[in-house]
Amino acid sequence: MPDHIQRSKVFTIVNTAVLALLSLCCVLPLVHILAVALSGKAPATANLVFLWPIDFTFDAFKDTLLNDNFSRSLLISLQRTVIGTVVTMVVAAMTAYPLSKESRAFKGRGMYAWFFVFTMLFSGGLVPTYIVVTKLGLNNSLWALILPSAVEVWSIILLLNFFRNIPKELEEASLIDGSGHFTTMFRIFIPLSLPAIATLSLFTMVFHWNEWFQGMLYNTNSQNYPLATLLQTIVVQQDFTKLAVNPEDMEDITNRTVKAAQIFIGALPILMVYPFLQRYFVKGIVLGAVKE
Amino acid sequence: MGKTVTEPKSKWKWRTNWPLHVMLIPAVVLTIIFAYWPMGGAVMAFQDFKPWLGFGGSEWVGWRNFERLFNNSDSLQVIWNTLIIAVLKIVAGLIAPFVFALMLNEVRHMVFKRSVQTLVYLPHFLSWVVLGGILSDILSTEGGLINKIVVALGHEPIFFLGDGDWFRFTVVISHVWKEFGFGTIVFLASIAGINPALYEAALMDGAGRWKQTLHITIPAMMPITIVLATLALGGVLNAGFDQIFNLYNSLVYDKGDIIDTFVYRIAIVSGNMGLGTALGLFKSVVGLVLIVGAYRLAYRYAGYRIF
Repeated sequence: MPDHIQRSKVFTIVNTAVLALLSLCCVLPLVHILAVALSGKAPATANLVFLWPIDFTFDAFKDTLLNDNFSRSLLISLQRTVIGTVVTMVVAAMTAYPLSKESRAFKGRGMYAWFFVFTMLFSGGLVPTYIVVTKLGLNNSLWALILPSAVEVWSIILLLNFFRNIPKELEEASLIDGSGHFTTMFRIFIPLSLPAIATLSLFTMVFHWNEWFQGMLYNTNSQNYPLATLLQTIVVQQDFTKLAVNPEDMEDITNRTVKAAQIFIGALPILMVYPFLQRYFVKGIVLGAVKE
Repeated sequence: MGKTVTEPKSKWKWRTNWPLHVMLIPAVVLTIIFAYWPMGGAVMAFQDFKPWLGFGGSEWVGWRNFERLFNNSDSLQVIWNTLIIAVLKIVAGLIAPFVFALMLNEVRHMVFKRSVQTLVYLPHFLSWVVLGGILSDILSTEGGLINKIVVALGHEPIFFLGDGDWFRFTVVISHVWKEFGFGTIVFLASIAGINPALYEAALMDGAGRWKQTLHITIPAMMPITIVLATLALGGVLNAGFDQIFNLYNSLVYDKGDIIDTFVYRIAIVSGNMGLGTALGLFKSVVGLVLIVGAYRLAYRYAGYRIF
């Protein structure tokens, strides 16, 4: 066998092995956490669990879901994710449609565009934003978690680029037939952009599910925490001063298997939408990042 | 003739175009409230701000907040930490996906390639809360998975999240771990855009796989790499609030505290709002200059535009 073919064979084997190892590194920590969550308390505390549960049991998941703090936060997170996604997407569609017009056809487009893009470049910072939200009396309400991030300029740019690829003739025909811009948008642009809207909705859902900082900043009462914030406080920071929990519940949530179960439930919705996300995001990212 | 065409045209435009303005109302109102109003509120960087007195009632102190910040060793250390962590993240965060994309490009087996991609993209979508929970478990000195391996290799257990230098290392590595897969997407796209005729020509000239990579693939990836690197410069004061906040603790404040986490602690936790806003404003202004500069560089050297 010639030397260079021998070498390229060795390369292929090493390359494949390294790639396989790296991809395992991305999921094994999650598998480990799931294994801990499904194990008995004793082997978990003694650190005997690796990738397969020992003394298999659903107790940790049961304890977690039956915990009032946890189930309340889970509900808040679900509400936030659904309402927040709808609000963001409606605002995004209504903003992207006018901005997708040519500057010649829509006077003022350039001004509006800069008005929004400038917010991507400069911000008042954490403290002034916090004070505005507090002044508006939004603290401890779901709207504090939804409205400040409702205008997602990046999604608007992606969506307006998508709108621009819709043939102009369709729009002209519709306008000449006497439909106004609202009808044209709802009857023509939105139905034709469903793939783009679905993709951006999934990304917005992931954002709302994962977002924890606003939940901590704007809620003085831990009863209003979304799940991500609750997990941040009890599992990551282990800061119980903010929570009104009785000692018995404390026992529950400091247990290693229960902590693992909570982390896993925090990741579960992402794992569920991931297959759908994955189908679309490559296109979306490339559209946003590389332009000729 | 010209008159009759131009005059009705502008009227016609307003008659058909007013809905476009109406559609923009929600976004404009929300942006004014949640983005532009806070920008105005940033004047409290120049005040001794007391929430109960408001912007009107608080005392004006000129540049004193900034003087205090830049005469304070803590805040200087925090700015330094931010720069170090951000630069390390940018460098490692570019090299890793670059190399990974090259390796993935050599795989001919499509099923294997797709599976690898599916697995490595995943951590990007998990939040730092979830990953922080997982990391504090597997990095624990009391029998965490990673330290078990470290001990098995004959070392002392490492206090990854409790020792300043190890903390920075952990932050950079875990950032790379979360994002390297996702980062390959743009590189793979740029590889996919290479004209196959170039490889055929190279093969004719007797270039092997390695030579082809060196002389065709890598040069073709350079423009997007330069764009990403310049754009990343714009974010050099963003060392990653979410990640740091979910990993750090009082043991590593000296080496791990960054501007954003520091602002949160001095302003929201300790109530020193004027000082916190001053540092936040400093960050925003420097950030603006860097981002605009970065876009200009990216435009000049690589023809990159956002619109």
